[in-house]
Amino acid sequence: MLSLAGVSVAYDGVPVVRDVTLDLPDGGVLAVLGPSGSGKSTLLRAVAGLEPASGGRISWDGQDLARVPTHKRGFALMFQDGQLFNHLTVGRNIGYALRLRRARGIDARVGELLELVGLTGYADRLPATLSGGERQRVALARALAVEPRLLLLDEPLSALDAGLRERLAGDLHRILRAAGTTALMVTHDHDEAFTVADRLAVLRDGVLVQEGDIAAVWRAPADPATALFLGYARVLVGPAAGAVLAAAGRPPAASVAVRRSALSVAADGRLAATVRSARATPEQVRLVVDVDGVGEADAVASLDRHPGPGERVRLDVDVTRLAVIPTGVAEDQSLH
Amino acid sequence: MRRTAALLALALGPVLVLGVFFVLPVSGMLARGLWPDGTFDPGAVAEVLTRPRVHRVLWFTAWSAGAATLVSVALGLPAAYALHRLAFPLRRVIRAALLVPFVLPTVVVGVAFKQLLGESGPLGFLGLDGTPVAIVLGLAFFNVSVVIRVVGSAWESLDVRPAEAAAALGAGPVQVFRTVTLPALRPAIVSAASVVFLFCAAGFGVVLTLGGLRYSTVETEIYLLTTNLLDLQAAAALSILQLVVVSVLLVISGRLRAVPDPGVSRVLARPRRPRPGDVPVLLATGVVLLFVGLPVLTLVAGSLQVDGAWSLGNYRALGSTGDQQALLVPVTEALGFSLRTAVDATWMSLLMGVLVATVVTRRSRTRAERRVRSALDGFFMLPLGVSAVTVGFGFLITLDSPPLDLRDSPLLVPIAQALVALPLVIRTLAPVLHGIDDRQRQAAASLGAGPLRTVLTVDLPVVWKPLLAAAGFAFAVSLGEFGATSFLARDDQPTVPVVIFRLIGHPGAMNYGMALAASVVLAAATALVMLLVERLRVPSVGAF
Repeated sequence: MLSLAGVSVAYDGVPVVRDVTLDLPDGGVLAVLGPSGSGKSTLLRAVAGLEPASGGRISWDGQDLARVPTHKRGFALMFQDGQLFNHLTVGRNIGYALRLRRARGIDARVGELLELVGLTGYADRLPATLSGGERQRVALARALAVEPRLLLLDEPLSALDAGLRERLAGDLHRILRAAGTTALMVTHDHDEAFTVADRLAVLRDGVLVQEGDIAAVWRAPADPATALFLGYARVLVGPAAGAVLAAAGRPPAASVAVRRSALSVAADGRLAATVRSARATPEQVRLVVDVDGVGEADAVASLDRHPGPGERVRLDVDVTRLAVIPTGVAEDQSLH
Repeated sequence: MRRTAALLALALGPVLVLGVFFVLPVSGMLARGLWPDGTFDPGAVAEVLTRPRVHRVLWFTAWSAGAATLVSVALGLPAAYALHRLAFPLRRVIRAALLVPFVLPTVVVGVAFKQLLGESGPLGFLGLDGTPVAIVLGLAFFNVSVVIRVVGSAWESLDVRPAEAAAALGAGPVQVFRTVTLPALRPAIVSAASVVFLFCAAGFGVVLTLGGLRYSTVETEIYLLTTNLLDLQAAAALSILQLVVVSVLLVISGRLRAVPDPGVSRVLARPRRPRPGDVPVLLATGVVLLFVGLPVLTLVAGSLQVDGAWSLGNYRALGSTGDQQALLVPVTEALGFSLRTAVDATWMSLLMGVLVATVVTRRSRTRAERRVRSALDGFFMLPLGVSAVTVGFGFLITLDSPPLDLRDSPLLVPIAQALVALPLVIRTLAPVLHGIDDRQRQAAASLGAGPLRTVLTVDLPVVWKPLLAAAGFAFAVSLGEFGATSFLARDDQPTVPVVIFRLIGHPGAMNYGMALAASVVLAAATALVMLLVERLRVPSVGAF
C-alpha cells in the first residue's frame, strides 16, 4: 500500500505540493486530478523518487522510501509522451526492464505484453514508425513488463487526439484491471479520470482539496471550484440554489453545482424561464436561459424543439445532475 | 531554376575566393609533386610512400593522434557532464576557461609544455621532455576543450526523461548511462572524436616545438621537406595522402553528424546540485582543470622570472629585438601586425561565412538544389583538414605571377587566416540559421515585409549574437594561426606566433624569456576574446 503523509515538494524553495496525505490500497487505481500547474506531476515525480520531498513521508507497506533511489523502488513510470527509447525496437523497449533483471523467457513475455496492448507483431518496429496511440501502448507494455508494485501514469493519454483518447482510456481501464495493477495516474481530464480510475484525488495549487471514491467525489464536490473543475457548468448560490433545489424536491442549501443538462425543456416543468440564446449540437439544443427567481442558467432541449431567443419555456430539473456543495460561498461562481 | 541560380550567385563570391586562395595553391603544390619536370610522374610519389622515414612519420601521426584523441575523450567526458549538467559555484567561469586552450596559439602551447616538462620545469623529474608522451599531452591539451564543448552541448540539451524512464524501470545509474545516455550521446562523441583526431593528425605548432626533428607528423614533415630539404615531390606526396585521408574522415564525420538519432528531443536540462555520487566526476573535472591550468601557470611563472629572480624584465624586453638581433622588429610591433591582420581576417571570414551559411541553410525545394547546397557545405569545410602548411606553401608558388602576384600584398596573410577560420565561422552560424523556421520568414513576407525587411525582422535578432561570437572566434583563431602564416608573413612584418617561434629557435636566455612573455601576452589576448565570446552564450560556438 502506498501512503503519503503530509508530503510537500518545493522547487528552489517555492512549495509546489503542500502537505498532501493520501493512501492507495493494493489493486486500486487512483487518479490525481488537477488543472495544469497544480503540482500533480510533481507529486507523481516525488512518488517515483525523481524529486526529493521537502517534507512529510512517502512509504510503501510502511517502509519509508526517502532514501530509496528511483530504480530500487520497484515502481514503473509512464510519461505523457511515452519516452520510448528511440534507438531500441519496440520489443527491446518492452523487454528493457526484463533484461536489466536478467529475466528468462523475455521474448515470450514481450509477446504476451504486445498482445495485452493489442500490438501483436510490432516487436521489430522502431518507435519512430509508430503513431501516437501505438507509442503510448508500447510505453504501457514496457511499464507493465516487470509487474511493478505500483504503476505511475503521468497524463498517459493527453498527448493523443480526442477519439483515440477515449478508446485508449477504456483499454487502459481493462488492462489495469486484467493485470491487477496498483496505479497512480495524474491527469487534468476528468473524463479520462472517470474512465480509468476508481478513486479520485483533486489537487489545486499544490493542496489536496478532496479525495475519495470516484462516484462519491463526483456526487459531492468539496467546493465550487472543484465542482467546476469536475465538469459542472455552474454553481448557483443563495436563493438561486434554493429555487433550483426546491424545483427538484430537495431541501434548500447554500450552493448547488449544476451540470449543463440538469435543466431540460419540458412542457410540465416546474421552473419558468426566458430563452436568451440557443445553439444546436448534433445531440441536443443547448440553451442559455434566464430562469425566474434563479437568474442565468444553462439548459438543454431535444432537437425537435428549438426555442428561439425571447421565447418562454418551462424547465424540468434532473436531480441526479445536481450536486449540493456543503461549503457555502462560491467566489468564482461566474466561471463556467 | 531561378532559385538555384540565385543560390549560385550568392555563393559565387566565396566560391571564387576559396577557388583562388585555396584550391589553386593546394593544386599548385600538388602539381609540383606530380609533374616534377612538366611530365606526369606518379611513380615518384609512390616511391616516396615506400621510404622508411615516411612510414615512421605515418605511423607516428596515426598513433599519436589516436592516443591524443583517446586522452581527450577520456578527460573530456566527465568534465562535459559536470560542466553542463551539474550546478556548482564558478561553473560558467570554468567552462569559459576550458574553452580557451582550443584557440591558444599552438606555438604558445608548445612553449608552455616545454616550460612545464623541461629539465628545470616543475614536472621535469618525469623526464618527459622531448618524448612522444609530451606531444600526445600537448595535443590533448588543445582538444579536451573540443570534446567538452561538443559533447557538453549535446549533453546539456539531452532530454532527462528517457533516463528517468529507465530509472523508473529499475535501471541503476551505471545501467542508465550505458543503455540510454551513451546511445543518445554517441553521435556527439563520435563526431567530437573524429574532429579531434583530424586536428591532432594535422597538429603542427605543438609537434614542431615539442618534437623537434626527432618526432615528426605528416604536417611537420611536409614543412621540413619543403623548407629545409626542398624535396617538393615528397612534400606533395604527403600532401596528397593527407588530403585523401582528411576527405575520407570529413565524409565519415559528416555522415555521423547527418544521422543523429532523429527522435532525440532537445530540451535544455536544468543543472542540478551535485550529489555524493557525483564526486568521482567532479574529481575528474578537477584533474582536467589541473591538466589545462598547470602548463599555463608554469608559462606565466616562467615569463615573470629573469635569472631565477622575479622580474618584469621579459615584458620590458618585448620592446626590443632580442639578444643578438634575433628579430627584425620588436615584439610590440609584431603585436600590432597581429592585431591588424586579425581584424582583416575577421571581416573576411565573416563576410564569406555569412554568405555560405545563408546559402547552405535555406530550405531546398528540389533534389538538385539540395545537392548543390550539401556540396557547397562540404567544399567550405575543406580548409578544416587540409594542411595549413600546404596552403601556405601553395600560396608562395602559385600566387607569384600576374595577374595574381600577391606575394607582397599585405592582404595575403589575412586571406590565408580567414580561410583557416572560415569553417569555424560557418559551423557557428549555420546551426543558428538552420534553427530559424522558414515559416517565420514566410509569415513576415505575407505581412508585407520585403526580403531585406524579412532579414531584419526575422534573421537578425536571432543571428546577431552568434555573429559576434563567430567574429570573436575568427579573431582568436587568426591571432594564433601559425602554420600558414609561418610561410607567408614577411620577415619585416611578422605576427606574434611567428616571432615566438623565432625567439625559441635563437640562442640566448633573454630570447627564451621574451618568448615566454610574448606567449603570455598572446594567450591573454586570445583568452580575453574567448571569454567575451563565452559571455554571449552561443551554444554553437566550437561545435563542429
